[in-house]
Amino acid sequence: MSTTRRDFLTAAVAAAGTTVAPNHAHGQDHDHQDVPSDVALRVKSLESLLVEKGLVDPAALDALIDTYEHKVGPRNGSRVVARAWIDPAYKERLLANGTAAIAELGYSGNQGADIRVVENTATVHNLVVCTLCSCYPWPVLGLPPVWYKSAPYRSRAVIDPRGVLREFGTEVPAHVEVRVWDSTAEQRYVVLPERPVGTEQLDEDALAALVTRDSMIGVAKIMHQQKERPA
Amino acid sequence: MNGIHDMGGMQDMGPIEYAKNETVFHERWEGRIYAMSYAVQGTGKLRLGLRPPMETIPPGEYLRMSYYERWITSVTERLLASDLITASELKSGRPDPGSVKATFALSPADAVAAQFKIPATRRDVPVAARFQPGENVRARNINPVTHTRLPRYARGKSGRVERDHGVFVFSDTSVYAKGENPQHLYSVRFAARELWGDAAASQDAVYIDMFDDYLEHV
Repeated sequence: MSTTRRDFLTAAVAAAGTTVAPNHAHGQDHDHQDVPSDVALRVKSLESLLVEKGLVDPAALDALIDTYEHKVGPRNGSRVVARAWIDPAYKERLLANGTAAIAELGYSGNQGADIRVVENTATVHNLVVCTLCSCYPWPVLGLPPVWYKSAPYRSRAVIDPRGVLREFGTEVPAHVEVRVWDSTAEQRYVVLPERPVGTEQLDEDALAALVTRDSMIGVAKIMHQQKERPA
Repeated sequence: MNGIHDMGGMQDMGPIEYAKNETVFHERWEGRIYAMSYAVQGTGKLRLGLRPPMETIPPGEYLRMSYYERWITSVTERLLASDLITASELKSGRPDPGSVKATFALSPADAVAAQFKIPATRRDVPVAARFQPGENVRARNINPVTHTRLPRYARGKSGRVERDHGVFVFSDTSVYAKGENPQHLYSVRFAARELWGDAAASQDAVYIDMFDDYLEHV
């Protein structure tokens, strides 16, 4: 979208005197958008009500938070990708039945009952989105980042995937087929990125360290010779 | 519902704002509301799905809210709809006089274990598949005012069944505890040009997971 259109919207919002999406219109970081100051208090109040009513145990909340902050995350997905790169039989199983092959490495659970792995090749580039909400393969990638759940990504990934990829610095050649996977129901998608050239000597751990979350969503390719890139 | 949440294909939402080294939760309350949602859901006492309450947030509010603010709305509405809390309790922040304390709160171990159980939405029941892989199909033009997984941008468009995923609980009814209606779920390939016109690259495509009820023969 052009800057002009954005500016027009900003002006229109200001002129209308509305409070709708002020930060959005000014393009500020979503992480720091204005949250009503009472949000934290509302959540605290709800928690104490639920605890008093015997509906939740606060220690169970601590345990759930700890799980997704420390035990589940894209590191899991990196292990899966690295294994697929070095073990052709594993890769075959992974592409045929993602859930089962991922479980071989010990990863399964909520938002991962049916995981499908789609492979990037010289002729196909895959991109994952959930236009309706935020579906994401938790067992291998953890909880999704803010941008994945944001309106700009959800709205444009399906209509302008090449433009979205460009915003991430990823240029897909015109002859390559772009496949967008809109995770609307029950299936969760992970991209198996292409193994970068020049990594033939690396072992599984070193390969896993190269794999990024973004490459498994499909918005980025994996860079190997990072030391030579400008900071 | 044709709500703001169904935003595939919209173009006026601004640039994608990428944060490097983002933390899982940005503020403490985000983790608390997230965990509350799953701790309560794990008890099996909720009669309303996570998403319908978010999808009925007025559009202006929906866009203004951060992701986990929508969860506060969702958790609250689900608790109310499931008669686990009352409106007066929500207002006062205290149990109503005489309310009976529940005894089914999940322990920390059970709450975490529930996250690692495979949630069973797949059903091993014999249901006929109306469509076969390779078959050309059309997404029905339906506009339910309730929850649906059929995005607006695909309605009335033609595609090809790429894969039959098997039989699954039908979200459109199950989120309201109005029956599972198990049916086949397919991956359907829609050419980008079918969805967006000739400006799209001829070889590009969008794959959408479609319940049997969403499709018709062409």
